[in-house]
Amino acid sequence: MRKGSMSGWGEFVVETLVRVAGFSAIGFVLLIFLFLLREGVPAFFEVVPGNLFGTRWYPTFDLFGTLPLVLGSLLITITAIVIALPLGVATAVFVREVAPNWAREILKPMIEVLAGIPSVVLGFFGMTLVAPFVRQVFGAPTGLTAFTGALILAYMALPTLISVAEDALDAVPRSYRDAALAMGATQWQTIWRVVVPAARSGIVTAVLLGMGRAIGETMAVMMVTGNAARMPLTLDSLFRPIRTMTATIAAEMGEVAQGSTHYHALFGIGIILFVLTFVINLTAASALFQKRRRGGLR
Amino acid sequence: MLTEIANPKIRIEHVSYAYDGEMVLRDVTLDVPANAVTAFFGPAGGGKTTLLRLINRLNDLVDGTQMTGRISLDGQDVYALGVNIPQLRRRVGMVFALPLPLPGTIRENVLYGPRLAGERDRSRLEEIVVRSLRQAALWDEVRDRLDGPASALSGGQQQRLCIARSLALEPEVLLLDEPTSGLDPISTGKVEESLLELKQHYTIIIVPHSVQQAARVADHAAFILMGDLIEYQPGKKIFTTPRDKRTEDYVTGRFG
Ligand SMILES: Nc1ncnc2c1ncn2[C@@H]1O[C@H](COP(=O)(O)OP(=O)(O)OP(=O)(O)O)[C@@H](O)[C@H]1O
Ligand SMILES: [Mg+2]
Repeated sequence: MRKGSMSGWGEFVVETLVRVAGFSAIGFVLLIFLFLLREGVPAFFEVVPGNLFGTRWYPTFDLFGTLPLVLGSLLITITAIVIALPLGVATAVFVREVAPNWAREILKPMIEVLAGIPSVVLGFFGMTLVAPFVRQVFGAPTGLTAFTGALILAYMALPTLISVAEDALDAVPRSYRDAALAMGATQWQTIWRVVVPAARSGIVTAVLLGMGRAIGETMAVMMVTGNAARMPLTLDSLFRPIRTMTATIAAEMGEVAQGSTHYHALFGIGIILFVLTFVINLTAASALFQKRRRGGLR
Repeated sequence: MLTEIANPKIRIEHVSYAYDGEMVLRDVTLDVPANAVTAFFGPAGGGKTTLLRLINRLNDLVDGTQMTGRISLDGQDVYALGVNIPQLRRRVGMVFALPLPLPGTIRENVLYGPRLAGERDRSRLEEIVVRSLRQAALWDEVRDRLDGPASALSGGQQQRLCIARSLALEPEVLLLDEPTSGLDPISTGKVEESLLELKQHYTIIIVPHSVQQAARVADHAAFILMGDLIEYQPGKKIFTTPRDKRTEDYVTGRFG
């Protein structure tokens, strides 16, 4: 056999393996989605829409209003991002643009370690330290509130947000900085008016990835938000207990009869969650795509 | 060799410079006269860009560098304590080898510097846009699309936009680092033409992208070879009657 055909064979095998691996990854995602649909879609037939999108979730009384859960998830996710965004961007700017080399060498691994803390540990930390703090400072009747959950989520979203934002800042070419400095910009003006805006789409991606992570988070959220399925419509809702979609599924799935309406409703929530995350990720992807098409950064 | 003249705009005295302990400029001394085009030319890696970046202190943020010697602007040491660096850079504008429009429109690009400097007056800003683009010989081509994206301009137009952006700050000195390296002959001609106009108001230092360009535009020229200033002569004599053998070899194309 000639050498050329040998390497041709090797190439074929590797190519096939890569292809199989790639397709099976997509295949598994599809399978999960199909399973979710099979178990969840019946809920949309068994429960009338007025009930399903109603404001009360009391499965024991056949009330399956998902609205408080969806709003609960959105409330803490958005609050978490509002807290995490300025902190994360400021940290990324500090690490990438301001900190001296030795400080960067220490900070970067530390931030990566943060990402590795198990969420149950954070939940425990939230219950024992953050919750009492929230109760005292904001005078809430209980420390287990939406705000407590948002704080923990913000903390969890930070490492991703920081490292993605940092990469985005790093990708801004040296020449942008030079151009700004050469026009008499101070270091701060260079950072805030040229480097950060030039890294904008990367930062948007960072935020969306952080959001995707936050909205799907379960354990820590379940431990610190009080889990009362009430509509967060009043101004003080942030400092009242709340319940998220994820916590509902996790708490109730264990004791529900398979095939019951309640069971299907929980999967229905899963579908809503899936769609939300999908939309967020799609937005992130299209932000990246738009940046490339505009050819903004070189 | 001519290194000292009366009332130079910029005086470079015994400047040596090293990146991470590696010398890239050795004891360079030369005076740059006002209202003229002075060219720094020589083979790649000789330190021309570095020398330009030392004049407006753009290398301040580069780690691990060492500088000795003195650079002064109108007799004032630019590295003296208490020098306002952003202000220095507004007096000494710089245009880079690769045209780099900042994100945004043509108008926004021109006004970047003045806005950073705190200029808010609308009619004043409008005036700056027109004047800078005219001086950079770009006005006629972009007057109808000032609010269009700067990235849609051609390479040559982008480079002139970068020149306009520097001129918007009304600098006293303009440092041009191979401003036509990526341009076609017609755009190059336009940029060179605008230099003739500009030197009446500004002191210009250019790193040309070829010996021919140096010979075309320079009123004075300095030959820099691997960190050493070999020869500096007023007028175009350096191209016709070089004194140093190495200069002669370079301008006649025998090396580099
Ligand atoms: N930021 C830097 N860090 C380390 N070394 C550098 C840096 N910038 C330039 N150098 C080195 O300094 C030397 C001079 O570079 P410089 O860019 O000033 O030369 P140049 O004459 O402008 O060359 P060219 O004609 O290729 O633009 C080169 O050897 C280069 O590798
Ligand atoms: Mg150079």
